[in-house]
Amino acid sequence: MRALLLRDLQLALRAGGGFGLGLAFFLIVVVLVPFSVGPAAALLARIAPGVLWLGALLACLLSLDRLLAVDWEDGALDLLATSPLPLEGVVAIKAVAHWITTGLPLVLVAPVLGVLLNLPVAGYGPLVVSLALGTPALSMIGAFGAALTVGIKRGGLLLSLLVLPLYVPTLIFGAEAARRGAEGLETGTPLLLLAGITGCVLALMPFAAAAVLRVNLR
Amino acid sequence: MSLWEYANPVKFLRLSERVLPWLWGGAAICLVVGLVWGFFFTPDDFRQGSTVKIIYLHVPSALMAINAWFMMLVASLIWIIRRHHVSALAARAAAPVGIVMTLIALVTGAIWGQPMWGTWWAWDPRLTSFLILFLFYLGYVALWEAIEDPDSAADLTAILCLVGTVFAVLSRYAVNFWNQGLHQGASLSLDKEENVADVFYFPLLVCIAGFVFLFLALVLYRTGTEIRVRRTRALIARETRTTDLHAEARDA
Repeated sequence: MRALLLRDLQLALRAGGGFGLGLAFFLIVVVLVPFSVGPAAALLARIAPGVLWLGALLACLLSLDRLLAVDWEDGALDLLATSPLPLEGVVAIKAVAHWITTGLPLVLVAPVLGVLLNLPVAGYGPLVVSLALGTPALSMIGAFGAALTVGIKRGGLLLSLLVLPLYVPTLIFGAEAARRGAEGLETGTPLLLLAGITGCVLALMPFAAAAVLRVNLR
Repeated sequence: MSLWEYANPVKFLRLSERVLPWLWGGAAICLVVGLVWGFFFTPDDFRQGSTVKIIYLHVPSALMAINAWFMMLVASLIWIIRRHHVSALAARAAAPVGIVMTLIALVTGAIWGQPMWGTWWAWDPRLTSFLILFLFYLGYVALWEAIEDPDSAADLTAILCLVGTVFAVLSRYAVNFWNQGLHQGASLSLDKEENVADVFYFPLLVCIAGFVFLFLALVLYRTGTEIRVRRTRALIARETRTTDLHAEARDA
């Protein structure tokens, strides 16, 4: 399992764009927001947590269609399916690698982009905590979506249509925690619910994703 | 005599052909009686005036939009567990009907909301979760359309239906957390002493019965069509194979 994780990380690093592209996309989304709603600092401060969450979510979505497709195309996925490692483990590892190359950088860079959007000082902690708790769920749900659409040519758009409704609960609780933090309110409840969702998704989703992958590899 | 006999497409078609006229008839009678009764022979509401009468379309369609998804869930489970093709095709046949029911509920709600709430749309938990249900339906149908091999498509959509159900229920309660509601409570529930007033209640029940018959008729009809499409495809495949064999024999 560790070998697979290292291999995926190395591939993401060497192919270029693993770290960079998602981050650049996140930056651009955040830069475009003041152009679309105006530069008024009070307004930006109010919508900053939501915009940062939405940007992170979209940046996460952007790289999903390559999550399994590369290994599907060159046949590595067939080899992994016949290896002693259970397919559930393979999918989970793929999701973890995706999180390390996409989710984690987003979490780290979000406070910097918060400055651009005039995020109130109290909001930085809850924003980072909520993103750190929520993005693993985004990667794991995304891995399920990628497994569903891996056999379809040009499945990228379909992948978004399938995955985005599944992101709703995560987004609601994550953005709510960040918003409450920015307004100086108590954030315990949404954070706990968010952690609950992430925990359940990490525990159960590999089984669904592996079941789907087995159908696609048939 | 067990229910599973109807997993046989021939028996299923024979049964559905026998039952369908009754279902169409029941749907027509109940809808005509219920809607005419509801629209023309019930008094206007004290506060809502005549707008209250949209309840005869709104409540039954919303009910069926959710029940259609549940039917798809059960059919998907039967497909996954027992591998009956009719069941997978029934799930596929129900999805577009569910989409239309969701749309009717959303549109009639908007038409009612404009004079009553002063807005076509509000980000109310019920409205929002219905919109999310609509997106789930769209994704489900899109996935069916995107995959060529029918058995893989049935497997993948069945699993999507299971996962989607969990997330749809989760979203339903998550949006409660996210915003306060504008929508009134349930109009009908079994455990309440008082529902809507009796004058509105009985025509509503007739309308709901009409929508249930209509849904069943549409699903049975569409499932029959899917079975025949599948059969035609198999016949064409066999036809081309035999002509190929003949051609080979001639060449040899």
